[in-house]
Amino acid sequence: MPSILAVDDSASMRQMVSFTLKGAGYQVKEASDGVEALAEAKRARYDLVLSDVNMPNMNGIELCKNLRQLGDYKFVPVLMLTTESAGDMKMQGKQAGATGWIVKPFNPEQLLSTIKRVLG
Amino acid sequence: MSIDLSQFHQVFFEESFEGLDVMESELLALSPESVDAETVNTIFRAAHSIKGGAGTFGFMQVSEFTHQLETLLDEIRAGQRTLEKSHVDLFLQSVDCLRAMLTSLKDHEAPDMSRAEELKKQFIAILKGEVASSPANEADAPAPETAADAGPEGWVVRFIPSTDLLQTGNEPFRMFRELQSLLEDGSQLQIEVDSSRLPEFENLQPEQCYLSWTLTVTGAINKADIETVFEWVVDECDITYRRLGEAASADNASTDNAGANNASDSSSESESSSDAANIATDTNNVTVASVAEAPAPVQAQITSIPVADATQAPAPKPAKSADQSSIRVSIDKVDSLINMVGELVITQSMLGQLGQDFDMSRLARLQEGLSQLEQNTRELQESVMKIRMMPISFAFSRFPRLVRDLGAQLGKKVNLVMQGENTELDKTVMEKIGDPLVHLVRNSLDHGLETTEKRIASGKNETGTITLNAFHQGGNIVIEVRDDGAGLNEEKILQKARDRGLVAQHQELSSEEIHQLIFLPGFSTADVVSDISGRGVGMDVVRRNISELNGTIEVKSNRGTGSTFVIRLPLTLAILDGQLVRVRDQTYIFPLVSIVESIQLQKQTLNNITGSQPVMKLREEYIPIVRLDQIFHLRHRNESVDDAMLVVVEGDNEKIGIVVDDLLGQQQVVIKSLEANYQKVSGVSGATILGDGTVALIIDISGIGKKIEHRGAQPGKEQAA
Repeated sequence: MPSILAVDDSASMRQMVSFTLKGAGYQVKEASDGVEALAEAKRARYDLVLSDVNMPNMNGIELCKNLRQLGDYKFVPVLMLTTESAGDMKMQGKQAGATGWIVKPFNPEQLLSTIKRVLG
Repeated sequence: MSIDLSQFHQVFFEESFEGLDVMESELLALSPESVDAETVNTIFRAAHSIKGGAGTFGFMQVSEFTHQLETLLDEIRAGQRTLEKSHVDLFLQSVDCLRAMLTSLKDHEAPDMSRAEELKKQFIAILKGEVASSPANEADAPAPETAADAGPEGWVVRFIPSTDLLQTGNEPFRMFRELQSLLEDGSQLQIEVDSSRLPEFENLQPEQCYLSWTLTVTGAINKADIETVFEWVVDECDITYRRLGEAASADNASTDNAGANNASDSSSESESSSDAANIATDTNNVTVASVAEAPAPVQAQITSIPVADATQAPAPKPAKSADQSSIRVSIDKVDSLINMVGELVITQSMLGQLGQDFDMSRLARLQEGLSQLEQNTRELQESVMKIRMMPISFAFSRFPRLVRDLGAQLGKKVNLVMQGENTELDKTVMEKIGDPLVHLVRNSLDHGLETTEKRIASGKNETGTITLNAFHQGGNIVIEVRDDGAGLNEEKILQKARDRGLVAQHQELSSEEIHQLIFLPGFSTADVVSDISGRGVGMDVVRRNISELNGTIEVKSNRGTGSTFVIRLPLTLAILDGQLVRVRDQTYIFPLVSIVESIQLQKQTLNNITGSQPVMKLREEYIPIVRLDQIFHLRHRNESVDDAMLVVVEGDNEKIGIVVDDLLGQQQVVIKSLEANYQKVSGVSGATILGDGTVALIIDISGIGKKIEHRGAQPGKEQAA
């Protein structure tokens, strides 16, 4: 089963995402900011990274840039969880190498259907 | 699949309240003169998380309100707007408002939105102010574009990806699969690949995408649905749409390309406007259908939330609301607990083995094992108590805001200094000390600190300082509230006490004694009762609250340089240092803190002034003598109290001598509530179970004091001449 790295500084969002994905049979690892996520990504290889944008220490955009520098994560889908549907944030995400985005708020069904688009 | 989101609510509320606390403290650190980018960022992140979580978990009122706040913060963060003091005030009010809303929602009540609406208007007014908003032109453009899209026959999509497409983790194959999954029965997807962009083999970069495709969809499908598939790549790729059967002219293609970009704007626009619709609808569709149908679900969602919360939520879990408090424990503490339980298990199995075939030759090992068990148990007890310990910063955190607001209201410049914020104390004690502390700080600000003019006149710094300090001392925590104001006005206090008959007209008191007067019931020194301190709650209530926690309060004051209130509290309420005493065949426990001394009664010091109540002269002071066997109606011998053992205890600033038959040991006892296990008994504050399994009552010293007052005895307050 594909493994997913879920990154968010909000514990409730992280729990919701993680619970939903585990319920659908994915393996999920949680990280609470970009620094933690990057370390985890170096430790093990994930099939998808789901990341919040606004986080302390290292934000989602920086995380994405850093992931793309790693050989293992050159083509791995990275989805940003963002409340900002504004074009500016999307451009920043894309320039950093993000695959796509999921606009908050989203419900578990939306999360799963979006994830299916990029996995497998 | 359906997932019950309410299971995440508790965590959401906890982290939101934490977020609000962070916002508040950071806002207080923010001033228009020096805007620190990281501070603004932290505030923004907290607001942003609350908004995101609230939206996800269905609290639309909260997320909509936070959105306004976030928008203004974002403009400030991006440097589009300069921070003004009024903004900070507005943000602070919003924090209060959000806290109230979240509290209501947590209790399954519909929040009061009137204040939120009020604040929202202010935000909108500010936001409209200078920066021209762009949404206006975005709003009307996309509607006709999407509305005209309901073409039934099918579409031809020319998809020419950017060569860097793969580098962002996008994969054309998965997009086509997604498109395939959108098709209904009877529809068909035909894909033609165009390899004309492929370079010569030696020039071929393996990580680039050279292929392009023509996708032909036949059957009923909306253009908007197809667009969602390419939503993430539309800006970098060349995507053109053509209705099936229309001729592909060069002209058409170029306008269509522009149209595609336009449409992407529109889809992002509709996403933001119909955030709520996304939640409300149950479809598996990630993106949004069309602008036209969005408003209806939005409204339905908004109105349905409070109703649903009010009607169905309380029914399944009625007892769960306010009292269900939780505690955050650092992982270190949990680890040390687990470690200790491990050792306990080892000791237990060692003892168990020893017990299986025991003979006297192994007595030494048994004793060793038992002493190890004792040590394990003590360590375990200490660790468990530590779980309840929290840094006092939780109680201090509200003061920066309080001092700021009060200072502004009174027109006084105040600097708040907090020290020893990491000093730990029991969670229950912390919760109960909050209100008395607020009262003391208010009092210091209102009565303690002088007005700015007076301070300047007396040569002081015009900014007053209030210091909160906490530290451990022995088994107690000491909290000090210090101000550098005028100090207590002794003449005024004494005068007032005399006016009220609290002190006899010609009685002379030392400074110490005058200071203590402010803790008497019905005492207020302010010339004008202000709405800040004069809320009908006096220092007497503060003192009573503190003595309910087995603590004490005293005041030190120096004329002209300020006053200091010193509160001493036990670290925990669950365990008490007790003195075990025997009265007849019963064992009682006195709180060790209340014991002044233990003496042998001597006949010549006894005095039966009032007849029924014997008193004793102890160093210029008369103290009443109490027999527990009488108070608790034990079978009592009718002998006199001559030559008995007397324990002098102090409660509510009054000394009592209690006659006991024997002093036993001192030990820490775990307090069990009598009310919960039996019923309230006056004169007894609780019970504990001793090592031999018997129950011992813990004596409530001030309760005993009240009991003898009721019996018409003299409380022993007056001084000997």
